[in-house]
Amino acid sequence: MSETTQSGPMLSADGVPLKTSLARALRRQKIRALLLISPLLAFVLITFIIPIASMLFRSVGVLYLDMYRAVEAKAHTRLGSRLNYEQSGISSLFRTSGRKLEDVGEDFEDFFKDADSGMVKGPFWHGLMQGEGGEDLLNDRLGLLTDLTSLEASSDLGFTLSGETAALLPWAARAYADWALFTAIVDEDDVSKKKPWAGVYAALALDLADPATQSAVAAYSGSGAAELQAAVANIADMPATEFRAYFEDIDDKWVSGETWALLKVFGSQYTSGYFLNAVDMKLTPDGIEQRPDNERLYLKLFNRTLIMSMIITVSCILLGYPVAWLLANLPMRSANVLMILVLLPFWTSLLVRTSAWKVLLQQQGVINDIFVWLGFVADDARLVMMNNSTGTIIAMTHILLPFMILPLYSVMKTIPPSYLRAAKSLGATNWTAFWRVYFPQSVPGIGAGSILVFILAIGYYITPEIVGGTDGVFISNRIAYHISSSLNWGLAAALGTILLAVVMLLYWLYDRIVGIDNVKLGG
Amino acid sequence: MAKLRAMNEAGNITWDLVDVEGADSIRLCDEGLAMEIDHDSMLAAAPDGTSASDDFGDSIVSDCFIPQIVFSTTVGYRLDMVGDTPPTSICSLFDLDAYPGKRALNKRPLANVEWALLCDGVPKDEIYDVLATSEGQDRALAKLDTIKDSVIWWSAAAETPQLLADGEIVMGSTYNGRLFSAIAEQNQPIGMLWDAQMLDFDGWIVPAGLPEDRLARVMDFLNFATDTQRLADQAAYISYGPARASSAPLVGNHAELGIPMAPHMPTDPANAQNVFVTQYEFWADYRDDIDAKFQAWLAK
Repeated sequence: MSETTQSGPMLSADGVPLKTSLARALRRQKIRALLLISPLLAFVLITFIIPIASMLFRSVGVLYLDMYRAVEAKAHTRLGSRLNYEQSGISSLFRTSGRKLEDVGEDFEDFFKDADSGMVKGPFWHGLMQGEGGEDLLNDRLGLLTDLTSLEASSDLGFTLSGETAALLPWAARAYADWALFTAIVDEDDVSKKKPWAGVYAALALDLADPATQSAVAAYSGSGAAELQAAVANIADMPATEFRAYFEDIDDKWVSGETWALLKVFGSQYTSGYFLNAVDMKLTPDGIEQRPDNERLYLKLFNRTLIMSMIITVSCILLGYPVAWLLANLPMRSANVLMILVLLPFWTSLLVRTSAWKVLLQQQGVINDIFVWLGFVADDARLVMMNNSTGTIIAMTHILLPFMILPLYSVMKTIPPSYLRAAKSLGATNWTAFWRVYFPQSVPGIGAGSILVFILAIGYYITPEIVGGTDGVFISNRIAYHISSSLNWGLAAALGTILLAVVMLLYWLYDRIVGIDNVKLGG
Repeated sequence: MAKLRAMNEAGNITWDLVDVEGADSIRLCDEGLAMEIDHDSMLAAAPDGTSASDDFGDSIVSDCFIPQIVFSTTVGYRLDMVGDTPPTSICSLFDLDAYPGKRALNKRPLANVEWALLCDGVPKDEIYDVLATSEGQDRALAKLDTIKDSVIWWSAAAETPQLLADGEIVMGSTYNGRLFSAIAEQNQPIGMLWDAQMLDFDGWIVPAGLPEDRLARVMDFLNFATDTQRLADQAAYISYGPARASSAPLVGNHAELGIPMAPHMPTDPANAQNVFVTQYEFWADYRDDIDAKFQAWLAK
């Protein structure tokens, strides 16, 4: 034995310290394992996790406002639909106001047309606004527009804003810039030829109503000066620029504090409104409060979903355990037949099985007919076994039963029958032998089956919808309603997130109490 | 609708034309998911030269909507379970003494709350004013509460004809075309109540943002499919009324049974003595609110 090997680190054959060599080998193994699963990982990530993440993010909504531009971009009605979830009537307020905003602009347009018909044509506007020096303002407006719509800002607008005009007619320049950007980017039209929105005329009127602007226009000599001066000469005929009054005319909700308070509450980029809705609370201008009693629904549904899923899990254990025991202990031949009987419904469509239960359970259905024929119940007092929670429990227990039987079976198959015989030969009664020897060994199967059944049950949708009536429906039915029918995706996402969190919490609790190592799906 | 929104967000619209109800067309239009339609220039005029927008009239419920048919939500009843006095009024729904047995109603508030208020004594022209208030909504639910234990709530309109055929219910609401099909085509012992039927429109919308070649094809089809003769022709298959006024005189016989279809239309004068026309603006505003209350009430 040489001295080096005793004092220095242990070396492998090629002279590298053994520890490093081992670490390298292990790392190589890990990378290989990762590469082996990478196609699946990429698939799951792309098709599943990313869409879910984006869906979850939806529960924090985005809000904006700048009416006329919003109207053209159709953002105002979207905002209206969003706020309508919080207060009835906002949706139509936005929709009708959007329409009437145009009318207000048209009054001004008529005035300018009377002053000089050239003013309602594209070339006048283009000549007036085209120029250099207004880039900053144009970029600001572009920023506002891209906030509203998810469009790409193109570099070539075919239009640059004149700084001189922007200083002379600040409102009109802004409105025209909005229109020009919208026309160039969204409609992809030539800015120089088209006549702008009616809203631009309202903005010009606002500028010209100011006496300082009127005298500045008199001194102005650039493109469009003649038309502008003609308009100023007729200024007495111009409709009043009382926009507050116009909005009040459109709907007096615009001058009510309530509407604006609501806008302020939901005015931030992110809102907790959906999550609060999902737990029967609501965000109001005065803070968070509980919803009135007759609108509370979701907590009750969460509760019911959990409780009924547990009932279904327990009934699956009770019904599945003996079957699994039979499967594991019968001779091969009859066990196979029994196995097919378990698997056959497992392979049948969920919808078919649920509809079959409908035929069986209804009041004029097979089971009730048999009961009446046997005299168990009177013809006019047939049992109500469907369109309530009983129906949901019966049908779902049947549908989820294979998910309990199969893990139970695979665990029981591994319990040697000799243990039971040994227990009995040592003097145990049948019950003691089962309870003290057999049952503890089958617990991992119960654990696995329960997790499967419970988690499947909690997200069930079709069966409760068909046989659940009103008190047998689950939270997933409401989620589906909000996704496909009310289009309140934010609320649906919030409900889904909470459901996911609850399932994770239960899983964690299960791990703490039972231990996830005690779960066996096979062998 | 949800699919259309998802397609729009993904920037890949695979539908060229979507069949929607009037209320949905308003929401799709609001969200910018449907294209705005210029009815006069895009659709065929009536044979007598009336412009398309005048011919369709009130059925154009939003700027994006191309109306196709008029249908109604109404009540059917089992002939052999109502005795010698078949119901003649919508309020029979709430009369458990005269007509004991289960009823089937829509799991959504639409139509149910209107009928409830009407039968609770609210004059017909005040119903939506009442329904706009919190007390009015509670009042409608209180009326529905009187029959809640006897109601099976449907979420697909096909359920009611099936439940009627099975003898599970004595009466139930569904679309008039479904009842027509059960009565005339399948000879079920079912009768039909036209009182207080809830008229609604169904039609097309074109998704916003279609490429030009596809759009041209779609508009070509729409121009053909919604002209006066075509709308009248489709009435030969099911008892839904054409949305054009000029189509009404052209409605003929059933394609297979050969019976005249006009008397089965929801808009036939004999049937339309007492009708509600769905108030789209109202429902666009109050749908979420009333639905929240309705569902909470159902869950109680």
